[in-house]
Amino acid sequence: MTNPNIKVNIAEVELKNPVMTASGTFGSGREYGEYVDLNKLGAVVVKGVAKEPWDGNPTPRIAETYGGMLNSVGLQNPGVDEFIEKDIPFLRQFDTKIIVNIAGKSIEDYCEVAKKLIKADIDLIELNISCPNVKAGGVNFGTDPAMVEEVTKAVKKVAKQPLIVKLTPNVTDIVAIAKAAVRGGADALSLINTLLGMAIDIHKRKPILANTVGGLSGPAIKPVALRMVYQVANAVDVPIIGMGGIANGEDAVEFILAGASAVAVGTANFNNPTATIDVIDEVKEYMDKYNVENLDDIRGKLL
Amino acid sequence: MKQTHKVKIVDNVEISPGIYKIDLLFKEIVESAKAGQFVNMYTNSSGSLLPRPISISQINKEKNVLTIVYAVVGKGTKALSEMKIGDEVKVLGPLGNGFNIPKEAENHIVIGGGIGAPPLVELVKQLKGNIEVYLGFRSNPILIEEFKEYGAKVYVATEDGSVGIKGNVRDILKEKNLKADMIYSCGPKPMLKAIAKYATENGIKAQVSMEERMACGIGACVGCTCKTKKKEEVQNKKVCKDGPVFYSEEVVWND
Ligand SMILES: Cc1cc2nc3c(=O)[nH]c(=O)nc-3n(C[C@H](O)[C@H](O)[C@H](O)COP(=O)(O)OP(=O)(O)OC[C@H]3O[C@@H](n4cnc5c(N)ncnc54)[C@H](O)[C@@H]3O)c2cc1C
Ligand SMILES: Cc1cc2nc3c(=O)[nH]c(=O)nc-3n(C[C@H](O)[C@H](O)[C@H](O)COP(=O)(O)O)c2cc1C
Ligand code: FES
Repeated sequence: MTNPNIKVNIAEVELKNPVMTASGTFGSGREYGEYVDLNKLGAVVVKGVAKEPWDGNPTPRIAETYGGMLNSVGLQNPGVDEFIEKDIPFLRQFDTKIIVNIAGKSIEDYCEVAKKLIKADIDLIELNISCPNVKAGGVNFGTDPAMVEEVTKAVKKVAKQPLIVKLTPNVTDIVAIAKAAVRGGADALSLINTLLGMAIDIHKRKPILANTVGGLSGPAIKPVALRMVYQVANAVDVPIIGMGGIANGEDAVEFILAGASAVAVGTANFNNPTATIDVIDEVKEYMDKYNVENLDDIRGKLL
Repeated sequence: MKQTHKVKIVDNVEISPGIYKIDLLFKEIVESAKAGQFVNMYTNSSGSLLPRPISISQINKEKNVLTIVYAVVGKGTKALSEMKIGDEVKVLGPLGNGFNIPKEAENHIVIGGGIGAPPLVELVKQLKGNIEVYLGFRSNPILIEEFKEYGAKVYVATEDGSVGIKGNVRDILKEKNLKADMIYSCGPKPMLKAIAKYATENGIKAQVSMEERMACGIGACVGCTCKTKKKEEVQNKKVCKDGPVFYSEEVVWND
């Protein structure tokens, strides 16, 4: 096999390859680190962290659905302080980039997390705006362009590291949201987060998830994710990290052809603990097969 | 690096209506696997992504065979039941912590409810001393002979009264004044909750094997939490990684 160039650049941070982990599916890398060599990953995107510890939702939090799964973990996390103390030193042992996904219930919450990360040894911040804004009656930040712009601007102002804004697909016009994030100062965008869904146990006549609704992920959402990446890539100039149902190299190449600079692998890890590494190898195989030397040569290049 | 293994099925039989016992040729894990741990089975049922967590029922180091016993309740376990001898299945494990067997314990009480019984077979095999096994089933008890073979005194209850006492494990517990150094249990949550209460009231330590819907099975997704307490502080632990076996006093039962 030749050695195609698969390095990518996201907001001045160079990744050795375009494959990262999707937030929330890979913890902080410790567990899957027993199955995959973390040194081989473009980046590890960690589970969302908030200003303080969050308990998350009651169980059951997981429901399998056809070609996908629902989760209502509810962003359980130990809080940014514990994360900084325990997880960053762990991840820094590896030659990979660290992307910290941050969550909040108000603009001030998000800013506080970003501030606490100023001195932390991390490479990028990913702002998860699929969270309810408590001060705006619980409306999801990510569903309103004005709120998206406002929260992005506020966090960008205090954050030291470049800022990726992660978009929710639960909107009517993803392009309007993407543009709002870019106006707010996003250095890159990642999409998509999970699609709101539901599953019912007909024998008990109850929703399977204790939270009634949850986020749908996995292969079932890939066409939606791909369409959104394509639309956004054609509307903004910042790099895009595509995700949603990516389970193999072919899936990743689809996202790159649609315009993504990098991709993230989430739910596929649950089905195949080495999914991330398989995706990297298979992207290289594809490049080999079609004599593509550089990922830039195919990015967004649909014929 | 740890990895998933493709392992060969050497037996897959229905031992009771809807309950199957599967033997896997699984050299890689027989040495390290412990009673109370589980494996993730990746079934080939269509549209299915998530592994099915199933407890290890017996470990045979001489034959390199791992035995699991499962109930057919949905599409994954159905697909598993249709697999033939010689077929290969993808498995990850051993996962979770397993039962803790204190060296000094001599009198053991083992309590299983329904499909919670299988993991207790390997446990009983490992225990030394006096072992009493209490099993409750709706009907059609399973694995009784296995428990006896490993030297346990076995008491059975069935809800339909077809075998043993009519009623459930809790009914047997009420009647008996158990003396033990340790209780080990696996089964439906209401049963485990009752055991926890019984254990506290009688000053006996109890281990309970919990169940929760899982995605990763290795501690990465935080899908499978169980509320636990340490002193007064309530904490979410992961059933797949910190469990599935917990001390009953750790678990917050009222939910
Ligand atoms: C640690 C642990 C050990 C277990 N050990 C055994 C065992 O030894 N024998 C046995 O028969 N069963 C055991 N179970 C339960 C077993 O995992 C489920 O019955 C099985 O996953 C059902 O899969 P299905 O595809 O047939 O059902 P479906 O209902 O089609 O499954 C759909 C989804 O729900 C999940 N699910 C359904 N029921 C349960 C359940 N009760 N607990 C957890 N997840 C569930 C499945 O894993 C799957 O993701 C254990 C569960 C856990 C968590
Ligand atoms: C169990 C689980 C937990 C998740 N937690 C987070 C999170 O903390 N923050 C976040 O931005 N996205 C979270 N996500 C969304 C994923 O990062 C990803 O955007 C989505 O699952 C689509 O990708 P996939 O189909 O490859 O999983 C989570 C997804 C799952 C399945
Ligand atoms: S199933 Fe993922 S943390 Fe337990």
